[in-house]
Amino acid sequence: MTGHIDSIKTYVGVLLALLILTAVTTAVAYVDLGPFSVVVALTIAAIKMLLVALFFMHLRHSNQLTKLVVLGGLMWLGILLALTLSDFATRGWLGVPGK
Amino acid sequence: MADHVDTLELREQFDTAEQQKDASTLGMWIFLITEVMFFGGMFLAYTVYRRAYPDVFAIASSSLNAVIGAINTGVLLLSSFTMVMAVRAAQLGQRKTIILFLTLTLFFGGMFLGVKAYEWNEKFQEHHIPGQAAFHLEGVAPSEQGHAQLFFSLYFAMTGLHALHMVIGVGLLSFLMIQAAKGTYSATYFTPVDVAGLYWHFVDVIWIFLFPLLYLIDRHLGKPL
Repeated sequence: MTGHIDSIKTYVGVLLALLILTAVTTAVAYVDLGPFSVVVALTIAAIKMLLVALFFMHLRHSNQLTKLVVLGGLMWLGILLALTLSDFATRGWLGVPGK
Repeated sequence: MADHVDTLELREQFDTAEQQKDASTLGMWIFLITEVMFFGGMFLAYTVYRRAYPDVFAIASSSLNAVIGAINTGVLLLSSFTMVMAVRAAQLGQRKTIILFLTLTLFFGGMFLGVKAYEWNEKFQEHHIPGQAAFHLEGVAPSEQGHAQLFFSLYFAMTGLHALHMVIGVGLLSFLMIQAAKGTYSATYFTPVDVAGLYWHFVDVIWIFLFPLLYLIDRHLGKPL
């Protein structure tokens, strides 16, 4: 086995960071940031996801193939979101002839 | 079977133990990617409807209890921490510590599900169940009540699917505890603990996105009307 055994200190640090970020995202939700509240909420969620994936899921110790598969998977999710939303976002832009 | 020199850490079809471990990890990640796409469809539906009815979604979201949601997020994060500690104990071949941390993970996972059940029950009492004849969300015009039902349909579908994954996770962890008690896992073979850990953390990641998207939309608008 490739022996990457992280220290307890690392895991406790990651846990504390995750709990603090949870408190921050909850508190920030009560502040009026206009359209940026979604951006802030999703940025914090993405940071938390990275912390969990890199440390708890050992992705930073994983081999290249595993990392590639994970990135590829997220790319497919991006395609799903981007193509569907580009449809919904632009439907009203052009009139349909005959309607 | 007895004819093979076939151990748990090195099955016949693999060259090295490391190769076998890498294959298991990769397989689990590929499964998790399919799960990402599974949940991704629901996140997409959520995004489309939130774009369509932003005001109703903000009011409906504010009717959820953000403090309970935040505390439950903390509980789930704690369970992820105890899970990774169980994996660490497995890496070190500490059988009793594995069982201790799996027990703690089950405890926090169960607590999360308990709080979730409490929240769902609250929705029944408040008539916030989509499809209910008595459905009514305060602060939303009668013509918009259907859009509020859409929010709660997504809420129940997404948290319900997430909770189902948690229940499956509880089953997996219980199995691991029995196996650990039997002494199946050692510092050279602990792949099931590792791979179940990946699953448990994945379920955590889904909740990391569900929490802000469902509970925290435009909270600053305050209690509606």
